[in-house]
Amino acid sequence: MFKVVRKKEWHPTITELWVEAPWVAKKHRPGQFVIVRVDEKGERVPLTVVDIDKEEGTVCLVFQKVGKSTFHMGLLNPGDAFADVVGPLGRPTHIENFGTVVCVGGGVGVAPLYPIAKGMKEAGNRLISIIGARTKELLILEEKMNAISDELIITTDDGTYGMHGFVTDALKMVLDGDEKVDMVVAIGPVIMMKFVTKTCEPYQVPLVVSLNSIMVDATGMCGACRVSVGGVTRFVCVDGPEFDGYQVDYDELMKRQQMYLDEEKRALEKFREEHPEAFQGVC
Amino acid sequence: MADEKKPKKGLNLNRMEMPRQDPKERIKNFNEVALGYTAEMAVAEAERCLQCKKPVCIDGCPAEVKIPEFIELITEGKFVEASRKIKETNALPAVCGRVCPQEEQCEVLCVLHKKGAPVAIGRLERFVADYEAEVGAVEVPELPPRTGKKVAVVGSGPAGLTVAADLALMGHEVVVFEALHKAGGVLVYGIPEFRLPKAIVQREVDYIEKLGARVVCDVVVGKTFTVDDLLNEEGFDAVFLGVGAGLPWFMDIPGENLNGVYSANEFLTRNNLMKAYLFPEYDTPIKVGRRVAVVGGGNVAMDAVRTALRLGAEEAHIVYRRSRAEMPAREEEIENAEAEGVIFNLLVNPVEVLGDESGWVKGMKCIRMELGEPDESGRRRPVPIEGSEFIMDVDMVVMAIGTGANPLVPSTTPDMEINRRGYIVADPETCKTTKRGVFAGGDIIRGAATVILAVGDGKKAARSIDHYLRTGEW
Repeated sequence: MFKVVRKKEWHPTITELWVEAPWVAKKHRPGQFVIVRVDEKGERVPLTVVDIDKEEGTVCLVFQKVGKSTFHMGLLNPGDAFADVVGPLGRPTHIENFGTVVCVGGGVGVAPLYPIAKGMKEAGNRLISIIGARTKELLILEEKMNAISDELIITTDDGTYGMHGFVTDALKMVLDGDEKVDMVVAIGPVIMMKFVTKTCEPYQVPLVVSLNSIMVDATGMCGACRVSVGGVTRFVCVDGPEFDGYQVDYDELMKRQQMYLDEEKRALEKFREEHPEAFQGVC
Repeated sequence: MADEKKPKKGLNLNRMEMPRQDPKERIKNFNEVALGYTAEMAVAEAERCLQCKKPVCIDGCPAEVKIPEFIELITEGKFVEASRKIKETNALPAVCGRVCPQEEQCEVLCVLHKKGAPVAIGRLERFVADYEAEVGAVEVPELPPRTGKKVAVVGSGPAGLTVAADLALMGHEVVVFEALHKAGGVLVYGIPEFRLPKAIVQREVDYIEKLGARVVCDVVVGKTFTVDDLLNEEGFDAVFLGVGAGLPWFMDIPGENLNGVYSANEFLTRNNLMKAYLFPEYDTPIKVGRRVAVVGGGNVAMDAVRTALRLGAEEAHIVYRRSRAEMPAREEEIENAEAEGVIFNLLVNPVEVLGDESGWVKGMKCIRMELGEPDESGRRRPVPIEGSEFIMDVDMVVMAIGTGANPLVPSTTPDMEINRRGYIVADPETCKTTKRGVFAGGDIIRGAATVILAVGDGKKAARSIDHYLRTGEW
């Protein structure tokens, strides 16, 4: 089980894998995630399910290689298998016809955004998508997003593709436009979601963000993923991953994400020595 | 009761001590602290048993172990037979022999307890179970003809494993679903290696698989399948819910989300299940402060504080709001912690965790307590002493103040009654829930308790499930 059936390299640091997980594929709804373990010594890593193929019984995972576990996963090829894929976990996105929905994705956050945007479109919403990356070659899922969006705005920080600027610049432009926006959904680095929240604030538009915090079991058992939402401690794994963007304490979340920085560096260096092939094309 | 006994030999009050690793050595490793009896020690201890005609010790055992019978077999040197005698009613002897609170179950009822030296039933149970495994003599009893009925057991902790074993022995097809990647539940993620080696849990799980039960990991019931899916789509005739009480409680005080504050569940899971003590050979990291405070006075608190010591903490503290007498932990575990150098801060309660600019713990503000009138638990209520606040110099805090019901299964099983604390309502004798075909036992029906109570529920549930499957009567 949990065999990799297809692989696509978006970039030396961004990989897409289709993995056999028929139970997950059957139950999955937009917004939900899985926990994967690369092998018997692996840590439990939460990854959002980007797409599913019910007939094939597979789920699509897209991840950015940032630490030991993700570089290790990047070495998996069709025929190899994960030790574990568990899910679907977390609450599904609340999807209904709100009217006009703006979906904002930054970096590899476009991956978890895609199924939600697709769900919003299928529910009858007018869908405006804003996807951004640092530079052109880090932009992912443009075609898929284009296929479901009524309007697609692309931004790059360095201006190598699309609009020169941040996703928040494009978002402000849309919010300033003539069209009434009924809902904004944002997924990306915490700092991006924080600024999306600041951008939305003056417009009082409902805002949903999807959080990616450190998890262990991801079934509500450990509390590693706790986050302050409206002054109350919530667990991202079972109460989330989506919350009202205006209520999230982003600064606390950013600090909590730094908790194992030293250990992550150490593990990554060790892996680099043992598996230099995993780092090809990565500067 | 005592006058009914006819001792067949003179009273021997020299309870055999069990060798343990030296405290100075053992805080440097995760190996088991208690080393177990030798065969000579076991026989000598077994010979102290009076073989009472009406053995009251059995009344204290929820697993209904035939205590005098297995002990007599030990005196005859029939260790493997003794282990099999236990397994007639309890599939988890090596586990129960280690973590049962025998001092309040069977041993407290032993006639020799009144003389201050009850037979060491737990240590004997442990010895024969280990002996059987070591000589490779683990054998599966003959199984009855298959009934064609299929039962889903949700959760592979002590309740689930017991139900699975008993139902398999009754001829039913059993599939055990575990949410984590390894079977054993709290025995694997919660109880540390130094108190219950994981190889021993695996041995008990292997035995249950040998009985014909199938264990399927990575299935979160409530998410991957709902209870209704199991009954209506996956072809199960009955479901047993033994999902435990896994939701960690926090104190709801300022600073609890600082880096360096763990729930005991997270701290222990990282270490036990994920083997963070072997980082970076294993991928999961764990933080250990130089001065660690563990808040709470139960077995989990003792496990956490002793784990912190082994991970290299210079100082490991217990912070408990009542006095030593009220601590819910086993006396043996408190003594082990004391011997290892754990510092006990009693009648002390945290009021705030203090952090530095980058969000890390740099201290804990506490208040001193005194004991007032007894509360609903019968223990004297701790009351804060006004103006007694002080700051503990710690850089890591572990909250071990208890756990509650995880809502994953209850919230996705709409027609099953839940009490106001979130636990599943189940008949204490039959383990039947209010939903037809669904049974529940262990911590999810009573709140966090002991392994042996979960085993006891498992036995009751298996009988009641068997009756339901054979008769269709609800």
